[in-house]
Amino acid sequence: MSSTLKDSRLLENYILTIADNSFILAQRLGELCGHGPNLETDIALTNISLDLLGQTRSYYQYAAKLAGDGKTEDDIAFLRIEREYKNCLLVEQPNTHFGYVIGRQFLFDVYHFMLLEKLQNSEDETLAAIAKKSIKEVSYHKRFSGDWIKRLGDGTEESNQKMQEAIKDLWRFTDELFYMTDAENAMVEEGIGIDISAFKESYYSQVSEILKEATLAVPENKYFNKGGKEGVHTEHMGYILADLQYMQRTYPNMQW
Amino acid sequence: MTLTETNIEKHLIPVLKTVSDPEIPVLTVLDLGVIREAVEEDNIVKIKLTPTYSGCPAMDVIADDLTAAFAKIGKKVSVELVLSPAWSTDWISEDGLLKMEEYGIARPLSETHDKDVLLGEKKLVKCPQCASTNTHLVSQFGSTACKALFKCDDCHEPFDYFKCLK
Repeated sequence: MSSTLKDSRLLENYILTIADNSFILAQRLGELCGHGPNLETDIALTNISLDLLGQTRSYYQYAAKLAGDGKTEDDIAFLRIEREYKNCLLVEQPNTHFGYVIGRQFLFDVYHFMLLEKLQNSEDETLAAIAKKSIKEVSYHKRFSGDWIKRLGDGTEESNQKMQEAIKDLWRFTDELFYMTDAENAMVEEGIGIDISAFKESYYSQVSEILKEATLAVPENKYFNKGGKEGVHTEHMGYILADLQYMQRTYPNMQW
Repeated sequence: MTLTETNIEKHLIPVLKTVSDPEIPVLTVLDLGVIREAVEEDNIVKIKLTPTYSGCPAMDVIADDLTAAFAKIGKKVSVELVLSPAWSTDWISEDGLLKMEEYGIARPLSETHDKDVLLGEKKLVKCPQCASTNTHLVSQFGSTACKALFKCDDCHEPFDYFKCLK
């Protein structure tokens, strides 16, 4: 394998590590379409889903171009097997209740914003352009989820208890956000990728600050789950993919 | 912020003016500032289009509408989506902003003011119906990702506010 070909495979993998998070979270949020707790949040969550899906398309189109062989964004989205999806475990967690939806969104948005902030300066022009476009949208997502964390945490006794339950439960998936795969390490060396482990500390301090403001306790886990970024997912992933892929699997190459 | 240069050939402008945003039909693609380049080469009109928001479904429709508009005068179109530089609400023309207000959508405020109103800290968004600034935020996301939902506390009309994007 020539070094350029190997590099392009690593870059492709690196793109998926970022894009699959947006893709799977978009799908999770899309499930809420018409099922939000009230009209405004229903619209907000599906708008966020749409932003993430749009960002995913830009990344997948780029990855498809690198993959060659006439591959398209749809092949990447719909025709991979579970082990080939590189999203972190956090984004595939179910919409258990509104507290979980907001908790998952908040824990991801803070990370996502920090990642894009750095990715804007990537030496890869396409990734930098996608990041510059996306960060404007993600700043709205972050504001939305942060506001709701405070509203629910500092709301009624019941909303506080539910929000606390979700944060406590989802916390064990936060450490994986900063886990570096081989593709990420290789791309950092190239000046293309971002050393995400570098902003772990500031992530936790920013998240903790908002949780405290929301009168929520910051969990003190010793144990964290990981695996998604290496393709080893939780049981929820299979159900997501079944929903997402059945049309293309049943009627290959079908067009809308 | 300076307006990034666009490269639009003059003779194509009349046709471009007939293509409007499917969500806000009073705005043409030129008002919206999404056409970054339009040049004709060998009877093919090459257009560079920049999305307002990444997932904006209007972009596909706009691309189809551009193709249809030029087909009427026997020209083929090739549309390329460009992401960089990223679209900003600063690119909406003044004429476009006026039409938007007449249509019932409040125009984007400056970045700082936008943050203030979306956090509910200040009342600055002007009601497009009665021009009062005694308005409040109902939802940060409105009928589309680019808008937020507001309500006027004087005339009690709900309305869309076009969020600042920079």
